[in-house]
Amino acid sequence: MMPGMQVPSHVEYERATSLEHALTLLAGPDARALAGGHSLIPMMKLRLAAPELLVDINGLTELSFIRLDGDELRIGALTRHADLLGSAVAGEYFPILTDAERVIADPVVRNWGTIGGSLCQADPSEDLPAAFAALRATVVIRGAGGVRTVPVREFHVGPYETVVGPGELLTEVRVPVLPRSSSAHLKVHRRAGDWPVAAAGAVLRLGGPAAAPVVEAAGIGLTAVGAPHFVAAEAEEFLRGRPADEESFAAAGAIAADHCRPVADQRGPEDYKRHLAAELTARALRQAAARALGEA
Amino acid sequence: MTATEQHGAPAAFGPMRRKEDARFVRGRGSYVDDIVLPGMLHGAVLRSPHAHARITSIDTAAAEAHPKVKAVITGQTLAGLNLAWMPTLSNDTQAVLATDKVRFQGQEVAFVVAEDRYSARDALELIEVDYEALPAVVDARRALDADAPVIRDDVDGRTDNHIFDWETGAAARTEEVFRDAEVTVAEDILYPRVHPAPLETCGAVADFDKVTGKLTVWETTQAPHAHRTLYAIVAGLPEHKIRVISPDIGGGFGGKVGIYPGYVCAVVGSIVTGKPVKWVEDRSENLMSTAFARDFHMRGEVAASRDGRIRAVRVSVLADHGAFNGTAQPTKYPAGFFGVFTGSYDLEAADCKVTGVYTNKAPGGVAYACSFRITEAVYLVERMVDVLAYRLGMDPAELRMRNLLRPDQFPYSSQTGWVYDSGDYQRQLALAMELAGYQELRAEQRERRERGELMGIGVSFFTEAVGAGPRKHMDILGLGMADGADLQMHPTGKAVLRISVQTQGQGHETTFAQIVANELGIPADDVEVVHGDTDSTPFGLGTYGSRSTPVSGAATAVVARKVRERARIVASAMLEVSPDDLEWDGARWFVRGDPDQGKTIPEIAFAAHSSLELPDGVEGHLDAQTVYNPPSLTYPSGAYICVVEVDPGTGGVKLRRLVAVDDCGVRINPMIVEGQVHGGLADGVGMALMQVIAFDSDGNCLGGSFMDYLLPTAMECPSWELGETVTPSPHHPIGAKGVGESATVGSPPAVVNAVIDALRPYGVRHADMPLTPAQIWRTIQGRPFRTDLAIT
Ligand SMILES: Cc1cc2nc3c(=O)[nH]c(=O)nc-3n(C[C@H](O)[C@H](O)[C@H](O)COP(=O)(O)OP(=O)(O)OC[C@H]3O[C@@H](n4cnc5c(N)ncnc54)[C@H](O)[C@@H]3O)c2cc1C
Repeated sequence: MMPGMQVPSHVEYERATSLEHALTLLAGPDARALAGGHSLIPMMKLRLAAPELLVDINGLTELSFIRLDGDELRIGALTRHADLLGSAVAGEYFPILTDAERVIADPVVRNWGTIGGSLCQADPSEDLPAAFAALRATVVIRGAGGVRTVPVREFHVGPYETVVGPGELLTEVRVPVLPRSSSAHLKVHRRAGDWPVAAAGAVLRLGGPAAAPVVEAAGIGLTAVGAPHFVAAEAEEFLRGRPADEESFAAAGAIAADHCRPVADQRGPEDYKRHLAAELTARALRQAAARALGEA
Repeated sequence: MTATEQHGAPAAFGPMRRKEDARFVRGRGSYVDDIVLPGMLHGAVLRSPHAHARITSIDTAAAEAHPKVKAVITGQTLAGLNLAWMPTLSNDTQAVLATDKVRFQGQEVAFVVAEDRYSARDALELIEVDYEALPAVVDARRALDADAPVIRDDVDGRTDNHIFDWETGAAARTEEVFRDAEVTVAEDILYPRVHPAPLETCGAVADFDKVTGKLTVWETTQAPHAHRTLYAIVAGLPEHKIRVISPDIGGGFGGKVGIYPGYVCAVVGSIVTGKPVKWVEDRSENLMSTAFARDFHMRGEVAASRDGRIRAVRVSVLADHGAFNGTAQPTKYPAGFFGVFTGSYDLEAADCKVTGVYTNKAPGGVAYACSFRITEAVYLVERMVDVLAYRLGMDPAELRMRNLLRPDQFPYSSQTGWVYDSGDYQRQLALAMELAGYQELRAEQRERRERGELMGIGVSFFTEAVGAGPRKHMDILGLGMADGADLQMHPTGKAVLRISVQTQGQGHETTFAQIVANELGIPADDVEVVHGDTDSTPFGLGTYGSRSTPVSGAATAVVARKVRERARIVASAMLEVSPDDLEWDGARWFVRGDPDQGKTIPEIAFAAHSSLELPDGVEGHLDAQTVYNPPSLTYPSGAYICVVEVDPGTGGVKLRRLVAVDDCGVRINPMIVEGQVHGGLADGVGMALMQVIAFDSDGNCLGGSFMDYLLPTAMECPSWELGETVTPSPHHPIGAKGVGESATVGSPPAVVNAVIDALRPYGVRHADMPLTPAQIWRTIQGRPFRTDLAIT
């Protein structure tokens, strides 16, 4: 990093008064949505980002909601981390979200940072993309041309890159509610509030007799370890139809570790991160299974 | 007793609430960045992206053409003023703005003065610097290789990166003990580079008045008087035309002792533009370019008997000083007070060699509450004692207990020539063990080990040498380490104390008022403490190395006693008795044998300013001055015990407990003492578990932001458990020893010893800080990595 005084370069600012207004402003040259600003503002201070126009979407309260709608949980893009953390309905159906939110940043960041910002930032170490990927969520994107939905597993196209185009906004995330399922998210960090060294989320739908449960479907999200689209697809595939036991979970962890591509940085060397991918995957599966069986 | 009950009580030692907190908790503190002067301009520093590169050209034309830019200053501009280089606190030189080469990433290359901060920052991007990159010396262990690039080729005749060799102890005698010892152990131990990271970064506002010729500089400094003298020497300005003001300071920890290029640039900027110039660095600039701490590569050896008598300690150290030797320490001590590596033990012999080297890293070396390298010394010996305990299969607390100095051995002359003033070490360690429930913890550990769980208990015992120092032996750049105090008594008995030391959060305004109050029997609220402004305080070297209470606290007691003696003469005139017939009862001079006849200090102060006739030759008023030249250092000690749990699957550490029993002699304000200990314990948790400024092979700093350089939070800190013993310093006027750095010194070995103890089932004897989950997991695998380099 080029050491330099942390002040942003010149930028224009507009506060969007409606979704349509926001979309119009965002269609302009080099415009950028400003949600919680917890990722964007630091990047601007470091001059890693220098948009010409900031479109503040914080006034669009219609984008802030968490509600159960049929067999889906719908979460508005402007929902704050703290709201998701405190949501009883999210916690009941998707403990993975509560687990993840509990270890994302600190209360100050969680009070203002948003779910939409977290997904759109597309930081390879962000927790929520992995959690939503494990849940096989879909996201809703709006632009002047209308609305489209995209599976979250196709949403991130690379580090700091998503399918959201100019003049578009992510408006909500939809998570399918599955029967006889549960989930968990586990993270290793060097200090509370730090980004993960590695994290794993698991969603399990179980079948078979209670005494010998079988995995009907598995979702495994991995973050900070170079898993394509934050997903451990081969491990998910492996688990389908297998007994929901220690042996399967450990094997799934090993497969997940084999298929990720962690890079060494000051959080840890590659072999350690790969080890964590295995260890955390197995632990998250174990906890998800215990929860699904009402044991935890 | 609650903290407030004693507020303003005449018996002045006790947990009085800090006077300064009234403004801090209301947001009414005034820091350097709060200073706003009419017409003030703003400076920004252009820094080097390279760790080592030759500058082939600097083009400032586009920056100068920026409509809001008032001046662009380069090394060349400064060379014209003979200011391109400045002396460091270790008698080396440091580039203010680079002229020939850049020698560390983040080094100052140019300075822009503009109408606002934003324009100054924009203009930095308009300066074009051509660099010719050179290979960087990143690994201190390679700095003396024959083919290592020479960093300081600015110095005539320099052909390597060697700075100094320093020795203490007795090599031959130590070798003898080692040769016939029953047991010897050795270990390579790194105390990695860390940074004090104060809440407030460094900055200055310089205002040169062309009409009066007076320069006023508001600065983040722990040593305003020393800075003024240095400015006078460096810039050739008359000393009485320089005023250095250190307003409220948001943490120093040693990082604000030296003079930084930014300060000098702000001064030059003001002289050049004729306007006040503010420069305040940001967080990354602070982490990358201001004084780091530690970076000591140590090899420790211990000789002992089989039954656990520690006989000798031998150490060799490679000290990484960065690109300029800028450590702040007394001249005769290039490795600071590392000589206390003999610890708190009665040894037969000791020997130590330290070699200092240049590397392509930021300069500094003494910062972060280290008491002049005592942090490194204590870490070394306390780690080594555990290595020995491991080897002997002995309990580490028991091993320490067996070797600690006994009370009857004080004053104790160590094998390296330090004279420990007082202590009751066994009682102190026993108290810590009792508070911790040591035996129960060991029992729990045995049980849990059987279940395959990793629990660790770590012990450390330290002795510090603080309060530098006796002027005969200790100076910085020729300035003796004695400090003045002036005490002015108003007619109504209110007092103004002026001191040379400068608080950065330690609570001087309260503690020093309490010292005066205690000596004069007046409420501490009636004592105003003035500090941090060279125009209104006596000369002295400032606050660092835990020296404020040992040195200036002593000066304060002495000057208050002078006032009291002057008051005695006035009281004798008031009571019409001989001064010899008066006795002091803590609040009054009274007539011996007739206690009803007495006068308080406020009564006497009024009389001293009144028409009362005084004996011939006695001046009126009560004011007094003193300079305190400490006869010796003071030796605080501590017994710390830490309990951790380690998750073998992830390498994560949970810090369960940290017990700290400190002996800092007499406690003036126990609440402030405990606050100092709390902060230091958190520091230690940070260093032991998460902090390091590492560099990659190109010399890029890998700890340049709070995303990379981690500070511990409440989540990592258990509820501290404190205890105390009190052995007053026999040579200090009030028996106080200093406590500002104790916990920072004592906690890292306690935490590390606990983690290593937890890893015992894996046969682990040592691993280097910081013990991050990755490092712990790798240590369990038998493959720990170098924490001072990039992780690969
Ligand atoms: C100290 C700290 C610690 C953190 N620790 C963690 C952690 O441990 N784990 C973790 O996962 N995250 C962590 N984060 C990241 C945090 O979760 C995200 O920074 C934050 O939630 C992003 O949301 P925001 O609303 O602040 O986004 P902003 O900063 O406002 O925006 C981020 C990006 O998303 C775009 N954007 C925002 N909303 C929309 C939208 N609706 N449609 C289209 N584009 C949009 C913006 O234009 C911008 O490019 C941490 C952040 C900080 C500051």
